This record gives sequence, C-alpha cells and structure tokens, in this order.
Amino acid sequence: MRTYAGHSTAARSNELYRSNLAKGQTGLSVAFDLPTQTGYDPDHVLARGEVGKVGVPVSHLGDMRALMAGIPLGEMNTSMTINATAAWLLALYIVAAEEQGVPAANLQGTTQNDIVKEFLARGTYAFPPEPSMRLIADMIAFTVTEVPRWNPINICSYHLQEAGATPVQEIAYALSNAIAVLDAARERVPPELMGQVFARMSFFVNAGVRFIEEHAKLRAMAILWEEIGRERYGVRDPRQLRFRYGVQVNSLGLTEQQPENNVQRIVLEALAVTLGRNARARAIQLPAWNEALGLPRPWDQQWSLRIQQVLAYETDLLEYPDIFEGSKVMDGLVGELLEGARAEMAVVAEHGGAVEAVPYMKAALVDAHRERIARIERGEQVVVGLNRFTETEPSPLAAGEDGGILTVDPSVEEEAREALARWREQRDQAAVDAALAELARVAADPSQNILPATIAAARAGATTGEWAQTLRDAFGEYRAPTGVGEATAAPVSVELDVVREQVEELSERLGRTLKILVGKPGLDGHSNGAEQIAVRARDAGMDVVYDGIRLTPAQIAKSALDEGVHVIGLSILSGSHRELIPAVMDALREAGVDVPVVVGGIIPEADVAPLKARGVAAVYTPKDFDLTRIMGDIVAIVARAHDVPVAALKA
Amino acid sequence: MTGAELAARLRAGDLSAAPEVLNLVENRAPAMRAEIEALLAGVSPAALGGEAPGHVIGITGPPGAGKSTLLSALVAAWRAAGRTVAVLAVDPSSKRSGGALLGDRARIAHDPQDRGVFIRSTAAGTRLGGLAPSTPAAAGALAAAFDVVVIETVGVGQSETEVAEVADTVAVIVQPGSGDALQFLKSGIMEVPDVLVVTKADLGQVALRARRDLSAALRSLGARDTPVVAVSSLAPASGIDELVAALDAHRAGLDVAARRVAARRAGALADFAAEHGEAGLRAVGGRRSAQRLLAQQDPAADIPTLVRVLDQAARS
Repeated sequence: MRTYAGHSTAARSNELYRSNLAKGQTGLSVAFDLPTQTGYDPDHVLARGEVGKVGVPVSHLGDMRALMAGIPLGEMNTSMTINATAAWLLALYIVAAEEQGVPAANLQGTTQNDIVKEFLARGTYAFPPEPSMRLIADMIAFTVTEVPRWNPINICSYHLQEAGATPVQEIAYALSNAIAVLDAARERVPPELMGQVFARMSFFVNAGVRFIEEHAKLRAMAILWEEIGRERYGVRDPRQLRFRYGVQVNSLGLTEQQPENNVQRIVLEALAVTLGRNARARAIQLPAWNEALGLPRPWDQQWSLRIQQVLAYETDLLEYPDIFEGSKVMDGLVGELLEGARAEMAVVAEHGGAVEAVPYMKAALVDAHRERIARIERGEQVVVGLNRFTETEPSPLAAGEDGGILTVDPSVEEEAREALARWREQRDQAAVDAALAELARVAADPSQNILPATIAAARAGATTGEWAQTLRDAFGEYRAPTGVGEATAAPVSVELDVVREQVEELSERLGRTLKILVGKPGLDGHSNGAEQIAVRARDAGMDVVYDGIRLTPAQIAKSALDEGVHVIGLSILSGSHRELIPAVMDALREAGVDVPVVVGGIIPEADVAPLKARGVAAVYTPKDFDLTRIMGDIVAIVARAHDVPVAALKA
Repeated sequence: MTGAELAARLRAGDLSAAPEVLNLVENRAPAMRAEIEALLAGVSPAALGGEAPGHVIGITGPPGAGKSTLLSALVAAWRAAGRTVAVLAVDPSSKRSGGALLGDRARIAHDPQDRGVFIRSTAAGTRLGGLAPSTPAAAGALAAAFDVVVIETVGVGQSETEVAEVADTVAVIVQPGSGDALQFLKSGIMEVPDVLVVTKADLGQVALRARRDLSAALRSLGARDTPVVAVSSLAPASGIDELVAALDAHRAGLDVAARRVAARRAGALADFAAEHGEAGLRAVGGRRSAQRLLAQQDPAADIPTLVRVLDQAARS
C-alpha cells in the first residue's frame, strides 16, 4: 500500500516519503508537478503558477538526488506518474540509483508512459504522436534487458472514463492503445523477448459507481487481454498472459454538493474492482471525499486508506473464490461488453490503429461526455445531492478554518527558479552542451535508442526543460485534436431554445454574433470541462473561439484582442488559478481588452471573492452542472457589459 | 473610432487598427453601414492612389490536410523575411444553432507580442461560397496595411470559388493519398488553383506519387504553369521556402489591378445577392446583366459604391 504524493520541493517531498516509509508504507508513488510532466523548467513562462502544485518539481539530477536521499532504491518499488518526459525521469532515477551504488538491473518500479491517453484526456503531452510512440518503444526495448524488473508503461483507461468514456469505449480504447504500444515495441525487441514485454504491460483502470457493470468490464478486459497476447503476439506462458491492473476509482462522479456522499460512492466503486477474485485489482488508490473541492489534506487521504483497510481486514471479501463463477447475469453482461468492445476495436483498427485514430477517439469521447452531462441535466441520470435530493443541512465537514482543503505555499516557485539558476551556474556547461548535441543527433535518427543519450544528459547535469526542448526541436511541436469541432449538436430543449433566442437578440443589438473565447491558461491539460463549455456555447448559437490548453496570459490577451470576442471563459483545475487568473487579467488590461471574464474549475469557495476583486465576472465550480444555465448567465453578463437590459432579451 | 479614422490608420500602416477594423466590417447593424462605407472608401484605390499593396492569398483545403500547421510554418517564414501577415480564417456555422466553433483548426503558432501577425476567425454564416459576408471587405482593407493577407477556408470542391474571386493568388492544399483534388480537378468541379500544395511530404513515396499525379492532371488540363509544391510541416520542415517563392512568383506575374477590379465586382454582386436574393437579381435583369452593368463602372469603385449601382438599377 502506498499513497500518491509529492509537492512543493524535492527536499520536502523526500521528508514526506521517508515519514510514510517509516509508518510501514512499502513503495513510493511519485507525483510530479505539471512543468516536469510537460518538459518545462520552473523559469519557463508556461510554468508560472504551476511549480510544485500538483506534485514535486524535478528539474535535474540534483532534484532527483534530493528526492531520493536516504531512501534505499535497491529495495524500493517506485511508481512514477510521468508520461511525455518518462524517459528523462527514468534516466534521472537510474543515475541517482547508480550514485547510491545500486545498478539499474536491481531497480523496480513503473513509469506511466501512456501517451495516447494524454492526447485523448489528460493533456500533458510534449511531442507529436509518432516520436512519442518511439520514445515509449525505446523505453520498452531498453528496460527489458537493462532494467528487467521495471514496468516501462502502464496503460491508463482511468482518464478515458474521466473524459466521458462508456465502459465499451474504455475497454476498446485502452486495449487498442496497448496494441499500438506492443506493435511499436515489436519492431525494437527480439521476438523471444516479446513474452516478457507483454508480461510487463500493466493497466490503470477506473471504476464508476455502477459497480456491477464496472466489475463486468474488468472481467471482459482480462479475457480480451489474454486473447490479444495469444493471438497477436504468440505469448503462451499463462503467467505472462495475466491481466494486471491497478485502479483509481472514479473522480468524475464525485460531487461538490453534500460531499460526504462521496464516501459511499468510493466504497461502492472499490467493490467493483474487488468483488470477484477473477478480476480483482492488484493495487487500489481511492480518491478523497473532497476532491471536487480542492487538494485533499493528509486526513482526507487517511480516510480513503481506511476504507480500503476495512474492506480488506474487517469484511469477508477476500475469503472466497470468485463469487460470480457460473453467474448467468455476470456472464451475459461480460458477453455484451466483449461484443461491443470488439466492434469498437475494429473501428479503431480501421482508422489505422490507436495513434492514427486519436482524432476519432477524441471526438467520440467528447460526444459521450456531452451525452452524460445532458442526461444529468435532464434528470435521467440521478446524482444524489446534485440533481435530486438536493435539500441539505450545512455540512460540518467542510467548515474548518482551511475550508476543508490543502493549499501550497506560493513562495515555492521563486525558490525553484533560484535553485535552478544556481544549478546552471555550478555545472560543467561544456559537458551539458556536448550531451545535448548528442541527444539531438540520436533524436534525429529513429533507428537509435534515446535512452543512452538521455542518461548521459542526466549525468552531465542537463535540465528537464533542456532535454525536452532538444526533442521539441528535433520532433516538432504538436497540438492534440480537441474533438469539439466534430461534437454532435445538443438535442433540442426548451431551456436551450430560450438561451439561443437571447443570444440572437443580443447579437442583433451588438451588431455581431456573440463571440466567446474559451481556453485553459497554464499547463493543466484536463480539458473536458472547457470542451463541454465550448460545445454548449456553440449549441447556444455563439461563435466560439476554442483556443484549447497550455496558453500563456499573453496568448489569451492577443487572441481576445485579434478575435474581437465579447467574453472570455477560462478553465483551471490544477489549483493555479490564484496566480494565473490575475496574470491573465493583467495581460488583458495591457492589451487594452475590456471584456468580461468568467472562470470555471476546481475553485475553493475562499478563492472566489479574491478572483472577483480582480475583476472576474463569475466563477463556476463542479456544482454548476447545468451548462445551459451557465450559458444564460454568460449572455446576461455580456448584456450588462453593453448596457443592454437583460429583460429586453426575453422573447 | 470612426470608419474614416480607421482607414487613416491603415493607410499609415498602423497594424494595431486591425482588430477594430474587423469589429467594424463584421458589424451588421444598419447604423454601422455608413461607417463601413467610410472605411472602405478610405482604403479604396482612389484614396490609396492605386490598388492596396498587400498580397491577398487564399488558402483552402479539406479538414485534416494540415492547413494550420502549414500556415504556422508560412507565417514564421514571412515574419522571418520581415513581412507582416493577417490571417482571416473562415469556419462553417452550425445549421441548427447558428453558432460556430472557430479557431479549433486555426491555432497558428506565433509570438503573442508580435503585432506583425493578426489572426481573426469568422463564421461563414448562412452564405454560400465558403466566405463570411465580411471577408472580402476585410481582406481589401487589411491589404492596405499588411504585406500578406491570408484567407483560409475549409473544403475542396466548391468553397474555393468565392475565395478565388477575392484573392490575388489561390493555393489549394491536399494531402497525399486522398485523391479528392485529383477527381475534382479532372471533373472540373474545382477550378485550377494558382498553386497546388501537397502536404505531408515526409510520407515519401506516397507524397511523391501524389505530386506526380497532380502534375499530370494539370498538364492534361493545359495548366502546365501551375506549380505543385510538396511541403512537410513536421520537423525538419521542408518545401516552405519553395512555397513562399511560388506564391510570390504567381503574384509577380499577375495583373493585380485587373484581378482586384474583378474581385470588387464579384464581391458587390455577392453582397447584393445576399441582401436581395433571386428576386433582387431578377429586378436587375438577371445575374449576367448585373455583371455587365458592373463592368461599365469605374474600375476603382469600391464595393459599397458598386452595390449602390445595383440597388439603383433594381429600383428603376
């Protein structure tokens, strides 16, 4: 058992790890901050507000040394949630271990390294698809002989469900993704090692509150996985064919309203992945009850751990063989999912495989998510406390002085920038230049493995940003498809029609169609919310400039000015709104753009007033699930800004 | 700011006027009409003492052909050569809601501090022909201040016909292996563009074959002068300089004044038809006679003046 942790600085995260290990934790699960995940140093303009926020910043070998100081890496099982820059972080880890006298062959752990889901759902990619797949194949080929106890990749279906995937989509897209990775690896690995490569593939799945169907989903995945191993890759050893997965239960279904209800949701979701022994998770991470409110505190995480312990040690859950064996209902459900998933996998294959099918899958996910939201809005899908049984007593849980969440010290970013400058000063610049030149040469030659040059650059003292920039220069920049352009129009509803008429009326008065800019400042790549807002705004009749993710304040200001928008909608889920939103407001003022700004995301109640004081017109949080109502609100805000009486817009 | 003031800023080469210029020409409110006319009069050949110097380039191609990535590379190349660029990206509107998703395809990489690049995306609205109602006027106005004005539209087949009427040079982008362009060219659905661009040249043999097939098709149509340029926007980018040269070469060999006069007349006719429909066209004796009437007007006349001529003819 371990907890996903890391924040602020390498030294402070190291303290946290060591105290967790002292309490009996057996492994590490490292959370990196967004600049590290996307390959930027703390002094890069895009890193602003994000340093040390959702994880620990690791900019160079010195940071990795500090992070792992006093931790015996030869005995540790270390899981790193790192994707685009996985090769780099593994290299730093290998060198840090080497300095402890631990050879690479003795290292155990996992790099998440699943880039397709970054394109589809999580947004922390750095390079275009093809070179990204090459980096993954390079890591597989390198680790299978040099770091044989390392899991080079962990295929994540978790984020697909968070992005709206149905169970069939989750199965089909995750397995198609695994096939793309294995196909790429097959070109770099000798055939006799493919069984080992297959056995090293593990999955990270999601479990929602419809826990019977979710359990069936996992059984279906296990069946398909074995089939793929046997038929496509000729794997025969039953141990190598076993479907290994860890799980994080669903965050999408957690609510900000009556957040205590999230506890029972989490328990039921935990059952989905543990009920039947034939498809039981090897590792479980449970979210905290207050994830929809902000960053959980240690006490909140402890509560999640205790849920797991009650299930494992108090109940009889683990005492029986598979309790669904011979169940017609379960077999029928699994059969349906298998059929659906096979059909969907065939569609992905027709597109040329998971990499080529990213635009198709992305559009399908945006659509599925749109449908899910529409069902909740219409009340067809009940979410207790959100669209039904909404009356409530005030919750004492969220009433503490800290508002029930954790905050990160903003001085961390300045510290990180200064530390980076010191690092650059004291290193051997000539050695770094030579190592990066060699890295560039290897990157340009797809027949070579990127790892040796990457390890050499790590040893020479190169930084995360320098490593990534060298590869960006070689591979080019990339912007993943947003899926919004293809999204199906919303079904007709009375509420949407009313807003549409208001938009038309206001547009007439403005002389131009009401135009909105939607985008995400900073490095947070969780774009599902912004995408849904963009699609709904279009369906409400607005002209929507969807600028997507990873925007600097200056880019937002330039786009707003050039595009002549009437209103700006910004979305942030990483907790960096306190720094980024004021920065955007300043950039807008400098550019002379005077239009209302609305903000959506995981914004704690305490932060709303300061944002409004900086000129933000409205703040929306997960409790504002009715997107059409938000649209109506935006129309009213723009009307007020142009002195159009809102009453005049009513049809 | 009034239309006349904005025109003066454009004449003085003030690129920061661009956002307001677009806000004005896109404005459909009747009260704004006089301001728009003042703006266009202020950048007309009469006011400028000749045609606007900017190079108006239409870039069109099907979704997924790589237009945005190519435009990013082109913008970078033009800026590196010290030329200023305005991009007018036109997106289709949703028939059902009237709304549109813009810019999803048009995020063109550029330095946000660089005032030498201006990017505006506009919904095509309900008008046929692939352009927004404001695009011809916007392109004409911005050509007074920017070195290059790009009109980007989606589609291969019909939508580039209106682009062809507005732009000095039309480049059609195709990706290898799609075959659409070849079919459209042969069947005559697509007019022969001034430059054909095959993207994804990194695909090697496929791109090479596509380029060969297109060249052969152009020869069989007697258009042997139309260059076919293969580009790759992926690092290391290739073919961008050749494309810039091909666009420049077309413009150098062009009677710009004749093309612009034709563009203004076509734009006026389209505006008139959009406003008055088929009934309006009948009132001036049909499309052909409207064209004849426009052909008799002063070549330097701007679009609003020409529309007024048609309006008067319809009333008399």
